[in-house]
Amino acid sequence: MSTSFDVLMVGIGGQGIILASNILGEACLAEGRSVKGAETHGMAQRGGSVEGHIRIDGKFGPLIPPGSARVIIAFDMLEALRYAHFLAPGGMIVSNSHFVIPTSVYMQGVPVPDEKSLRERLSAWPLCLVDADGIAAEAGSFLSQNVVMIGAASWFLPLKPASLLGAIERLVPQKTVEINRKAFELGRAAGEKCRTERQGA
Amino acid sequence: MKTQYLLGNEAIAHGCLEAPVDFVTGYPGTPSSEVVDILRAVPDRGYYIEWSVNEKVAFENALSAAWCGLRALCTMKHVGLNVAADPLMTSAYTGVTGGLVVMSADDPFAHSSQNEQDSRCYALFSRLPCLDPSGIQEAHDMVRDAFALSEQFSLPVIFRPTTRVCHSKGDTLIGEPVRNTRKGEFHKDPRQYVVIPAHTRILHKKLNEKQPALKKALVEKGYNTAVIRGRRAVVASGIAAAYVQEILPDDVSFIKIGAYPIDEEWLAAQVSRHEKVLVVEELHPVVEEAVRQVAGTIPVSGKKNGVVPYEGELSTASVAAILKSFGINPGEDYPATSPVTDLPPRPPILCAGCMHRPVFYAMRRVFRDGVYPSDIGCYTLGLQLGAVDTTICMGAAVTVASGIAHAGDSRDIVATIGDSTFLHSGIPGLLNAVYNGARMILIILDNRITAMTGHQPNPCSGVTACGGPSPQVSLEALCRACGVSWVETVDPYDLVSLMATLRAAKDQPGVKVVIARQPCVIMARRANLRRGRFEVDPATCTACGVCIGFGCPAIEKRDDKAFITDLCSGCGVCAQICPAGAIRKETRTEGKR
Repeated sequence: MSTSFDVLMVGIGGQGIILASNILGEACLAEGRSVKGAETHGMAQRGGSVEGHIRIDGKFGPLIPPGSARVIIAFDMLEALRYAHFLAPGGMIVSNSHFVIPTSVYMQGVPVPDEKSLRERLSAWPLCLVDADGIAAEAGSFLSQNVVMIGAASWFLPLKPASLLGAIERLVPQKTVEINRKAFELGRAAGEKCRTERQGA
Repeated sequence: MKTQYLLGNEAIAHGCLEAPVDFVTGYPGTPSSEVVDILRAVPDRGYYIEWSVNEKVAFENALSAAWCGLRALCTMKHVGLNVAADPLMTSAYTGVTGGLVVMSADDPFAHSSQNEQDSRCYALFSRLPCLDPSGIQEAHDMVRDAFALSEQFSLPVIFRPTTRVCHSKGDTLIGEPVRNTRKGEFHKDPRQYVVIPAHTRILHKKLNEKQPALKKALVEKGYNTAVIRGRRAVVASGIAAAYVQEILPDDVSFIKIGAYPIDEEWLAAQVSRHEKVLVVEELHPVVEEAVRQVAGTIPVSGKKNGVVPYEGELSTASVAAILKSFGINPGEDYPATSPVTDLPPRPPILCAGCMHRPVFYAMRRVFRDGVYPSDIGCYTLGLQLGAVDTTICMGAAVTVASGIAHAGDSRDIVATIGDSTFLHSGIPGLLNAVYNGARMILIILDNRITAMTGHQPNPCSGVTACGGPSPQVSLEALCRACGVSWVETVDPYDLVSLMATLRAAKDQPGVKVVIARQPCVIMARRANLRRGRFEVDPATCTACGVCIGFGCPAIEKRDDKAFITDLCSGCGVCAQICPAGAIRKETRTEGKR
């Protein structure tokens, strides 16, 4: 029987989903918990839509069934909407408030999605929007967006913040540890607002 | 012993270190590539390792190392086994002395492949044993033990993980790497290694005689197991077994197949204890066919009666639906949900600054009515740019081009192929095209690396798998040696020269080769090659859309006009195609996203 806490990460190839998935996996190991996951590798990473499945306490299959993810961490708001059907009842979408317009939009002349309509459509699900671009810049590097998102989502994960932070310190390049530690804390502060709002609601 | 969070392919590589492996070869192919990539990065290695130029070459190198008594690993993707099939089939006859493990990674759903073939069929075809892991831990343990299994039966072992094993992750219990001490030496034995008819007839008999003991051993070793719990049974193999285990109720028997050939006697004994049986597996109904052969009057469900799909991959959710349709209530009920459907797709695309894009752009302008055979690599994405008319298998751009030309199509036939793919299996096709007088143009997209699978070096790169120096092959000399008299090399970022070269090629008779050479833009970035960035002058931009149509991910529309984002790598081709002259090299350097 499956008793896993499923976390789906989605974004665009190159945004650091693989590192983010490793951070969650390492944190599980630090807490002595089993974990299974799956991710997109290979050419699909070339700017395409990518997904990372992490099943905390998972023992069998690596794939999260649609409608079963307790948390979705989206590095791009358009991708959050693309994968929103994976969310379990009572789950939470933690999404970057920014998005990249796919080149296909221009090539195929399909309508350009706009921020306002994306926000509106996403608000059909429990949603925590995080300015990951801005917070990462504040932490000191645009590249720390993935760690900002983990920080924001940490309120909704069954993992201790210390386990996550420990995994971050072990996995990010040595010279960026300080930046990433800050990115995690700033992300966590941003996520706390969502938690408070949710509890108030 | 320690537990680590590992990628499936990392776990497989680690299993090889624990065996330990002495000799490693492979040709990159998703989802197999990381195994050699990890093993070649291990410091202070005690084993030989190479990226080979193709799978046949990789297999034969590994086979001969195993003939010398070494433990050898050879990795490839499933379609690579087609290339290596010639030596594979006869290696079952010659057998091996040291353990030989052939990792052929299957790709259900063709995430990154041209077909959904099943490597287990090669095991049946060749009569070689095949191990089929259902998860990462099992993949690690199986490959670690596969070398000894190979030595026990003197047969190469096919190891067949699938994408959801290779590219999944999990907590994995691993052991300590073992230091290699073996030294290879070839012992002459023509009756074993020279497969003339007189020898091979005897070897074939020996191969068949090994089968009964092999089947028994795979059950005894615990690869094929049965837990009898009720009157209904589910038989599953590979990753599908993990999906079944996740949701199977306690009153249904579970028969797990992890290795082939399956012992029919054992299987019949398990199946006969049930009233009905469901077989769940991905790709070819290999297990189902075996079950149906021994089931007698017991009804069997699976692909052949439409309960399990033939195509694509399975998942816990799809297996739950399969169990339901078979009459088993799965332990989990998944809510019915469906994705939002009106979103713009985000397929993978060629990188900003990729050298392939200007080649496709120029090709389509010079040969407006051309036919464009292409090949396997990042450049297959040229499909989105209308520059890829055919792709079938490695090296076939060249032969499809010559075939179309000889078939009588009078249009310009312009084929594209990458450097690695050309070296893999394009050369014989070129030799043949010249020899038989085809009229065609071959553009070699030479970015000096095997980019798509993760930037593995090849004979164009100047380095070996381990980073040691190696002579860079001259594609120009190679093509000339094949008999091509018109060979030109051009910088694809120089659009004027590129177009002029293609126009010149158009007028020449016979086979013409254009080599377009620029380093892969990802490699250039890693090597700290900085070209600056380009920007659009909004006052000059006429919003004509020409640069947008170029399809570079760094070019967006903002307020109807073109805008170049931080993704720009400075190739400068868009500045050359802008009719208004509105794109120029950026003067300021701060971020502007």
